Amino acid sequence: MIESMNSLLAGETLLASGGVETVKNAINWVCQPHWFFVLSCGVTGVFLGGYRALTRPAVALFALIAFTIAYGLSAMDADFLSIIIKPDNVPITLMIYLFGFFIWLGFRQAAVNDENTEQGRPLIEAGSDDKVLVWPDLVYIELIAMVLCTVFIIVWAVVLRAPLEQPADPSLAPNPAKAPWYFLGLQELLVYFDPWIAGVLLPGLIVVGLIAVPYLDKNPRGNGYYTFKERKFAISMFMIGFVILWLVLIVFGTFLRGPNWNFFGPYEYWDVHRPAALLNINLSEIFWVQWLNQGIPTEGRWGLPHFVYRELPGIVVLLGYFFVLPVMLRVTVFKRMGDQIGLIRYSLLIMLFLWMALIPIKMVLRWGWNFKYIVGITEWFLNF
Amino acid sequence: MSLFSRFGDWVREGQVWGSVLRHGVPRDRRTRAMAILSNVFLHLHPVAIRKSGIRLSFTWCMGGLTFFLFLIEVVTGVLLMFYYRPTVEYAYFDIQGLRAHVTLGLLREMHRWGAHAMVIAIWLHMLRVFLTGSYKPPREFNWTIGVILLVLTLLLSFTGYLLPWDQLAMWAITVGSNMARATPLIGHEGPLAQYVQIGGVPLVHAGDDARFGLLAGTFVGPNALLRFYVLHCIFIPLVVGVLIAVHFWRIRKDGGISGPL
Ligand code: HEM
Repeated sequence: MIESMNSLLAGETLLASGGVETVKNAINWVCQPHWFFVLSCGVTGVFLGGYRALTRPAVALFALIAFTIAYGLSAMDADFLSIIIKPDNVPITLMIYLFGFFIWLGFRQAAVNDENTEQGRPLIEAGSDDKVLVWPDLVYIELIAMVLCTVFIIVWAVVLRAPLEQPADPSLAPNPAKAPWYFLGLQELLVYFDPWIAGVLLPGLIVVGLIAVPYLDKNPRGNGYYTFKERKFAISMFMIGFVILWLVLIVFGTFLRGPNWNFFGPYEYWDVHRPAALLNINLSEIFWVQWLNQGIPTEGRWGLPHFVYRELPGIVVLLGYFFVLPVMLRVTVFKRMGDQIGLIRYSLLIMLFLWMALIPIKMVLRWGWNFKYIVGITEWFLNF
Repeated sequence: MSLFSRFGDWVREGQVWGSVLRHGVPRDRRTRAMAILSNVFLHLHPVAIRKSGIRLSFTWCMGGLTFFLFLIEVVTGVLLMFYYRPTVEYAYFDIQGLRAHVTLGLLREMHRWGAHAMVIAIWLHMLRVFLTGSYKPPREFNWTIGVILLVLTLLLSFTGYLLPWDQLAMWAITVGSNMARATPLIGHEGPLAQYVQIGGVPLVHAGDDARFGLLAGTFVGPNALLRFYVLHCIFIPLVVGVLIAVHFWRIRKDGGISGPL
């Protein structure tokens, strides 16, 4: 890892000319997967921790201006510009701004509401029993929204042509071949998981998990108004799952993944010939070769086929992760919650939680130790 | 009274006007209520609504915009269908022709950017529903319907992505659909698929697995194009339309837009 960092810097420093390049290099460096990820988690954490101060309009305005300046300056870099002006990447810029704005708007109201409740003042949403007539109060809002939306789409359509590349050619694969932008998060997961997990199991779990939300969240407070204080766990989980593991990974896949799905800094040229990543190793190799100093087993034992025997350490780890850890968490960190929601709900919640947690865990293992599979039974295509 | 408004009154009092719109000019409480109740499109609303429910900063209008973008997609999509043939011979050139020959050829642009916007809008809608805790009882089931709508919206975008039949389209779909190969048990490269067999004869091959079901072939070819076309233009929009109706119906049955109790 350190080597790849150095080579990254060395290659760029040759071209460097003064301060701008130094800044760009620094940003390229910070945008490496692990730093980028840690940074986004840090930003989210700080935001959730200090949401009351950080959502004050002046702070938000400052963040907006600072970000816009940074984004605008970045656009002066040819490589960065070539990414953001790709027609199908325009929605990404839109998404970043809109989510920035609406996350602010939501948490701002939460901050005001939480303050109000503490001071015994009514909520922003209070007085909800006052009724107004739908005609005209609502239909006009709807009409205006529809007109503005139409104008927006038409202007966008006039300004920007829809992309049309060369006719489809099954024998000519582009490099990188990227999924549509809204699935880039899943494509990024393919780096850390086999397709059956990244492409089938995890999407399935996302859907199941989302549907399960109202049945798992038994907290009666915070129904129908903005608040963070009264629902810290639920909202934090959602922010991690949706904003970090979905949106941030999309941004990552758009800006930082180039040919051969290699990492490239935002201001780096997408060099097709950059060598692919180092060889990755499995838990079985670490266990048998590095710890026990013997070869990887080629014969089975205890009636197990050799590949199951070989993977026993990983199987034990996984069993522990999915079956022992939930019990340990139940009697410690999640004790109160477990008491509240009961066994069935807790079991489902903890499974979803552990699967979600597995994503950053495997990412960190990969970045830090070139780690590949906990259990790698390639013989059955069963790799974890 | 000016000639103009006299004419207006004459029209509104006549038989034709009265047969179409049964209520008078919505000026007072009664006629305003009637305006909502007697219109098939508007009566999806209640007559009166809680004040907090129409505050823009509460709903962000995102559900409404998602719906409106869906309508834009339907209209531009139907128009596009006049010009587009879902075959490998024609698809790409029909799209090219849209640009070159169709007057005010913005259809494709509007359809594509509208689709992107719809994906963003539905995500924002979900975010606001979450942040306001609006999925909590009694709205649990409407959240479920919402999640299904979310999946279908993404699939709608995904199936549409293939139709221009250019490099971008073909390879994005190839990347996406390759994952189906690895479905456990029913994908030919999926875990344990080789043990799905009867009397020692394996049942799951590249020629009959989950990806084959999706693409009607082992690669993204003419069958996949036709299949995605039908899914994109007929099947998924129909299901989405029905589910949106249920979604809206449930909002009212669940007591309208959520608010503090
Ligand atoms: C095609 C997609 C969708 C359309 C057209 C749609 C439309 C709407 C509209 C117009 C409302 C009224 C309030 C508002 O605008 O916020 C609403 C409310 C609601 N939506 Fe959706 N929605 C869609 C998808 C979703 C999704 C993805 C979810 C959640 C996963 C969801 C969950 C809900 C819930 C729970 C409510 C009730 C909120 C309340 O009472 O405050 N919907 N939807």
